[in-house]
Amino acid sequence: MTSVKNALEARQNKEYVSALTELLFQLADDDFILAFRGSEWLGLAPHIEEDVAFSSITQNMMGHAFMYYQLLEQLGEGTVDELAHERSGKKRKNAIMLEKVNGLGTYLQSPKFDWAFTVVRHYFYDVNKKIKLDCLQDCSYEPLKHAAINIRKEQYYHLVHWETWFKQLVKAGGEAKTRMMVAVEKVWNEFDDVLSLGPRGEVMANYQLIDREDVIRQTFMNTIGDVFENLELGPLPKLKEMKKSGRIGEHTEDLEKALATLTEVYKKEPSSSW
Amino acid sequence: MDAPLKEQITNALKAVTDPEIPVVSVIDLGMIEGISVEGTKATVQVLPTFVGCPALELIRKKIKDAVEKVRGIDYAEVIFIYNPPWTSDRITEMGRKRLKEFGIAPPPKLLEKEKEWSVDCPYCGSSYTLMENVFGPTACRSIFYCKHCKNPFEAMKPVFLN
Ligand SMILES: [Zn+2]
Repeated sequence: MTSVKNALEARQNKEYVSALTELLFQLADDDFILAFRGSEWLGLAPHIEEDVAFSSITQNMMGHAFMYYQLLEQLGEGTVDELAHERSGKKRKNAIMLEKVNGLGTYLQSPKFDWAFTVVRHYFYDVNKKIKLDCLQDCSYEPLKHAAINIRKEQYYHLVHWETWFKQLVKAGGEAKTRMMVAVEKVWNEFDDVLSLGPRGEVMANYQLIDREDVIRQTFMNTIGDVFENLELGPLPKLKEMKKSGRIGEHTEDLEKALATLTEVYKKEPSSSW
Repeated sequence: MDAPLKEQITNALKAVTDPEIPVVSVIDLGMIEGISVEGTKATVQVLPTFVGCPALELIRKKIKDAVEKVRGIDYAEVIFIYNPPWTSDRITEMGRKRLKEFGIAPPPKLLEKEKEWSVDCPYCGSSYTLMENVFGPTACRSIFYCKHCKNPFEAMKPVFLN
């Protein structure tokens, strides 16, 4: 597979461009919705330094989503704003785990968000995001390859951040550890489609857009498995099969509500830059 | 190719700063990758310091305005490119000096072996410092603490290819 230099070249091959856009939607929508969940924590993080750090991470992640939407815009999929704000749930390709609410209540009404859940979800997500970004360093689509190189510079810090939280809370023992283990189970139960590349994963791999899904999964399991071993959490449980997959546009009510909130803000001020 | 004109554009860009670090020009930040001139049209290739940085559009406008003020240029196009990737070691010596004067430590350099950052306190010069929060008030800054003079201080966040 020779490298594809730009959108014009990509569009010469229908099958290529369709696998590429599929991958970009997954990458963009994953970062976008999890960044939205992150933004709901603003002012509610455990302490002020965390508030600063978390909002910075969230802003970076929005930037990453923006970058992927920009690549989609170049491929003729619509403008960045339309892609981010005007697509219905059915068209979203993010994994279901990433759209789940942060906990009880809402941002405005007595939020009782679950910090352990947030730490585990972000940590596992970033471990996998790093693995994908590593693969994308060899992506046949050059604009995506260069985007990934740039995104990885920033994501490095996100991963360090969540890894620190994860390890510290688990090592703290007591209630912290208990809550973390509950969160691990909750995240693990519905993590399968985060690791999925969807029905066109094989085409993506054939065109050297990204590594094969089973390779990515194996790397992920090995990485998390090592972490579990080091923290003496026992062997890694098997991932559960899920009834639905975000990769084919199947979602939960949590996403619909999130999109309604997002659209409300957007419709009030469509020109506001983000 | 009009060499003096390119030089004039470079000089004009020395007055353009990132709104988040008002003392260092886009030239000294190492953000300008290329300048080309065709007739009265200039094209400037810019490397964003952070992906999706909210200040990008502002920077685009500032660069465009500055270049279009150069005599002989009617129109300037600003293109953001992502290859090569921007890293914090693109900041020039002059840029590092200006940052220090402004009270922000220049981005630390990675000590390969220890995988630790080495950064000197901008107040007392001690290297007995600690990274307290890699995420500072803006995307490009981190918060450090000087164990010698006991002051917290900001440093440009180190950005490298890992
Ligand atoms: Zn000091």
